[in-house]
Amino acid sequence: MSAPQIVMQAKGLVKRYGQVTALDGADFELRAGEILAVIGDNGAGKSSLIKCLSGATIPDEGEIQLDGKVIHFKSPIDARLSGIETVYQDLAVAPAMTIAENLFLGRELRRTGLLGLLGFIDKKKMLEESISRMNDLKVGIRSMTQAVETLSGGQRQCVAVGRAAAFAQHVVIMDEPTAALGVKEGNMVLELIRRVRDKGLPVVLISHNMPHVFEVADRIHIARLGKRAAVVNPKHISMSDTVAVMTGAKLAEELPEEAHA
Amino acid sequence: MNSLKAKLPPMGTLGPAIALVLACTFFSFQHENFLTLKNFSLILQQVMVVGTIAIGQTLIILTAGIDLSCGMVMALGSIVMTKFAADYGLSAPVAILCGIAATTLFGLLNGLLVTRVKLPPFIVTLGTLNIAFAITQLYSRAQTITNIPDGMNLLGETFAFGGAMVPFGVVLMLTLYVAVWIWLRETAQGRHVYAVGNSPEATRLAGISTEKVLLGVYVLAGVFYGIASTLTVARTGAGDPNGGQTENLDAITAVVLGGTSLFGGRGIILGTLVGALIVGVFRNGLTLMGVSSVYQILVTGILVILAVATDQMSRKGAR
Repeated sequence: MSAPQIVMQAKGLVKRYGQVTALDGADFELRAGEILAVIGDNGAGKSSLIKCLSGATIPDEGEIQLDGKVIHFKSPIDARLSGIETVYQDLAVAPAMTIAENLFLGRELRRTGLLGLLGFIDKKKMLEESISRMNDLKVGIRSMTQAVETLSGGQRQCVAVGRAAAFAQHVVIMDEPTAALGVKEGNMVLELIRRVRDKGLPVVLISHNMPHVFEVADRIHIARLGKRAAVVNPKHISMSDTVAVMTGAKLAEELPEEAHA
Repeated sequence: MNSLKAKLPPMGTLGPAIALVLACTFFSFQHENFLTLKNFSLILQQVMVVGTIAIGQTLIILTAGIDLSCGMVMALGSIVMTKFAADYGLSAPVAILCGIAATTLFGLLNGLLVTRVKLPPFIVTLGTLNIAFAITQLYSRAQTITNIPDGMNLLGETFAFGGAMVPFGVVLMLTLYVAVWIWLRETAQGRHVYAVGNSPEATRLAGISTEKVLLGVYVLAGVFYGIASTLTVARTGAGDPNGGQTENLDAITAVVLGGTSLFGGRGIILGTLVGALIVGVFRNGLTLMGVSSVYQILVTGILVILAVATDQMSRKGAR
């Protein structure tokens, strides 16, 4: 069996906020074409880790590699330019604007020629691209010209996920994408996350929702006390053992061999 | 059911036009001179200053801000350009540019206070309203400036158009409306103005500098106030230190009547033109009916509250 290709990797990340050490030498590894869930109790360093990966925070120590190259993100824009897109829990969309406009917000397609230089946008092309990209992901939204506020919460999150998937070159990071949604809507988003992976994009999924994590994740990264406690395989570990490692009731070494991933 | 609602044009788009037609119908029954070409060209002349200020005001309100200083900044601009021409013998174009520079600087000041010091636009512009008023009074020594070069009257001069006398300034105002309309609809910058008003957080996360957008909007509004200064000087042939007082609220009224939401992110600039016309029609019609100006102010006050209430209620329906 050949070693899996590693897309993103972090070694020994340290992040301190005054007296508090949020990350205490955390490692991270994302493989090609997988959904990696990141779980952890509050204060386990889960959100600091994600912030480092998405450029929202700069780590004090340690290094991050993308496709084998060391990177230094100074802002989420840097991460975006490197092909890492992040989806936020709180539905980061502009409600009164259309789906197509939201998909292309901040990277509008310009017209060709002089009009393009003057900043004129190509609405027709953006609309066509929106339709084809959303069709790729099988997002069942009838019209790309309707305002996002006419959509349900789940559909809105699908727009956000779709936007990330459409533009990400390397990695999609999703921070609690289903937290604000009901059961049915949550499943709709989970289904979409699977399709994003099946397109070949690796996904980092941060979630508190254990059933969701176990439903879609290929591997689970358990953060604890600012470190990576274990990476487990959801097919060979129970939910209760996972939670036990997360809370420190069980050590990673106590887990059976096949539970590790 | 939902899709039907989405297909119908929202009240915000049609409402102002209906209100304008209703107002015109009402006043044409009240006075025989209302529905004449001569009277309509007069309304247009009266509207061109408020209408131009209201362009800048619309941009700011689209970003969920507000500019209470607009009329006073306009007055300051008119004093600067007339006094520069009168005191230093500057030619009309140069003096006008100086006036526009003054209003643009005020726009920059408002914008910097909003984006850098992060003060609420309401408070910032309440402050600059008073600062601009005081500077206007001090600099002009509360005197009207009348000895201005001929070139400054140019935009107030009229040409015959289908039997009506239309001032060049009105053409300028209409051109600006169309230009800004296209800019807001068709350019990335224009869409970002809406995006900032819609959701600053989503805009920032999309990699757009919300500060740059906001600052640009306040500066641009200052430019429009300066153009309005030019128009008011051209119309009255003088620099009036007490100008801009009715225009201040009238401009905000025009924007709100035109269907732009005070909560930001929604509205069409051409609606503001309709809103400005509604304000102009009311003022003109009430004057023809012999209603004193205090009652006109009363009516404007009621209009603006009605418009905001409608906006508020229609948003509740949308959410």
